[in-house]
Amino acid sequence: MAEPLVRLRGVDKAYVDHVVTPVLHGIDLTVLPGEFIALTGPSGSGKSTLLNLIGLLDRPTAGEVYLEGRATSALNDAELTRLRARRLGFVFQFHHLLPAFTAVENVELPMLADRGRRDPELRARAARLLESIGLGDRMPYLAPDLSGGQQPRVAIARAHAGDPPQVLADEPTGNLDTESGRQVLELVRRINRERHTAFIIVTHDERIAHQCDRIVHLVDGRIVGDDAP
Amino acid sequence: MNFELIVALRYLREGRGQTALILTGIAVGVGVIVFLSALINGLQTSLIDRTLGSQAHVVVRPPEELPRVLTAEPGTLHGVIVQRPPQRVRSIKQWQQAREDIARFPGVVAVAPTVIGPAMASRGPGSSAVAVRGIDPEQYQRIVALREKLVAGSLDLTGFRALIGIDLADDLGVRVGDRVRLQAGLERTAVYTVAGIFDFGNRDLNQRWVFVSLRAAQALFALDGGVSTLEVRGTRIFDAEALAQRITERTGLVADSWMAVNAQLLVGLRSQSSSSYMIQTFVILAVALGIASVLAVSVVQKSREIGILRATGAPRGRVMRIFLIQGGLLGLAGSALGILLGIVLALLFASLAKNPDGSATFPVELTAALFLRAAATAVGVGILAGLFPARRAARMDPAAVIRGG
Repeated sequence: MAEPLVRLRGVDKAYVDHVVTPVLHGIDLTVLPGEFIALTGPSGSGKSTLLNLIGLLDRPTAGEVYLEGRATSALNDAELTRLRARRLGFVFQFHHLLPAFTAVENVELPMLADRGRRDPELRARAARLLESIGLGDRMPYLAPDLSGGQQPRVAIARAHAGDPPQVLADEPTGNLDTESGRQVLELVRRINRERHTAFIIVTHDERIAHQCDRIVHLVDGRIVGDDAP
Repeated sequence: MNFELIVALRYLREGRGQTALILTGIAVGVGVIVFLSALINGLQTSLIDRTLGSQAHVVVRPPEELPRVLTAEPGTLHGVIVQRPPQRVRSIKQWQQAREDIARFPGVVAVAPTVIGPAMASRGPGSSAVAVRGIDPEQYQRIVALREKLVAGSLDLTGFRALIGIDLADDLGVRVGDRVRLQAGLERTAVYTVAGIFDFGNRDLNQRWVFVSLRAAQALFALDGGVSTLEVRGTRIFDAEALAQRITERTGLVADSWMAVNAQLLVGLRSQSSSSYMIQTFVILAVALGIASVLAVSVVQKSREIGILRATGAPRGRVMRIFLIQGGLLGLAGSALGILLGIVLALLFASLAKNPDGSATFPVELTAALFLRAAATAVGVGILAGLFPARRAARMDPAAVIRGG
């Protein structure tokens, strides 16, 4: 069996703000390379919180998150940041492209943030990625000038730019029409198959969930189902 | 180009309205600082030039004569009234040695021996009380640029020749080549040919000072090879008081700095400087607050973007530097505009008010050092003002700001 990309063992998460609000309870989850996973559940079930923990954006209240076999709870902020930059990709809800930058710059920026200096190779890589997803002619467009269907594709290219072994996507097809949603799903599926990149996709959409290889279902902060469709 | 600079420049360009406003604010602030500094420095330099254009930095003279009281016999009590004797022109003891000693002091550029004493200058029925200054023209030229002050004649004091001020020449009705009689005391008198007429730009000096050769003054005041004063020029004019104190401590002679002699002028200069610094401090404070508020607003506006950058791998330090660089860039660009504005204001002001001789009533002093200082201050203030917003941006929790967005 391949080394898991992510392993969560007995993970609890609670937010403390005047009152303690428990969100996740005793989560055990393993993600293998190349998996295509849907994370489903009703609103408030803890899907985004779980995604943030897997993505090292947040720390668990109890339990441990292992990334590629390495326990992460003792790592400092700089080490977590470096792991996020090099081993993880993110597609955010509403895509969150940076409006002051062009499509190609948005794809290039996370690599640039990690590397620190401009490098023609980074720009060439970002351009090749956009070309490969049919957005070559949109490279010089500022993010707000891209269409509603193009923005999530650029966001996916950005997440994939550093060629991380796994990408975490929070409702990548939310707020998209059916056709755009279909195109986005096709794109992530293509990357998953061609690059063997694991995807964990948070979704409310049953149709999208059923196109994934595995569905993890959360209710009230607990995993209540974890089966292939 | 590095990541921080790319993002900083893009954010400044994206918020070009805000950027333009704060740049205008910084430019006005820096412009005021440059203008004020140029004006105050110009006025002070002009005042000091006028004052020190005719004075040595330090004048060394012998200690005052004090009467000695005879000690009373033991067991007797005497009532004594001690009267201060009238001071006369006296020589510094072993003045050649004293001159060499003083010339070796650190910070001393030149030492010139002089004989200074009171006399009456007369021509026909006209007479005037004057201060005769016996000098060696070459040595004295290194203390006071006398040759540059001449408006007629030459710096030739050989034999019985004298230089007189332009106002004394008017009072006595003499020109170059005419003769004047100088009388010191009741018996010592001599007739001098006017070799030149000087103008120190000071009516009192132009009426009172008469220059003759050192030898002629020694004869006039019966000093026989002695000198009454040593005039000293230092490297830094504002170190004159410290230099005078060192001379007094080391030689036992009385040393007066131009600062002690012109105490009121010094108080005036310091008051001007203090008020200028105070205005500049408030201007810098206003500029700093302006930059800080613009960057603080920018951090709030861009919190989600900062979260995205942090989530996708931008370290805290890089995020912090994005805002520090913005502060520095605003300071740099604002100071460039401000320096231009300051130059225009200063030159305009200087050109508006003129003296009868065509020189500026308010001279301005625009120097590279002033521009560098203004730019360095603006950049430094910009970076400091960016510190608080930058720290706030770097400390943002990416999960929280993305979730909140």
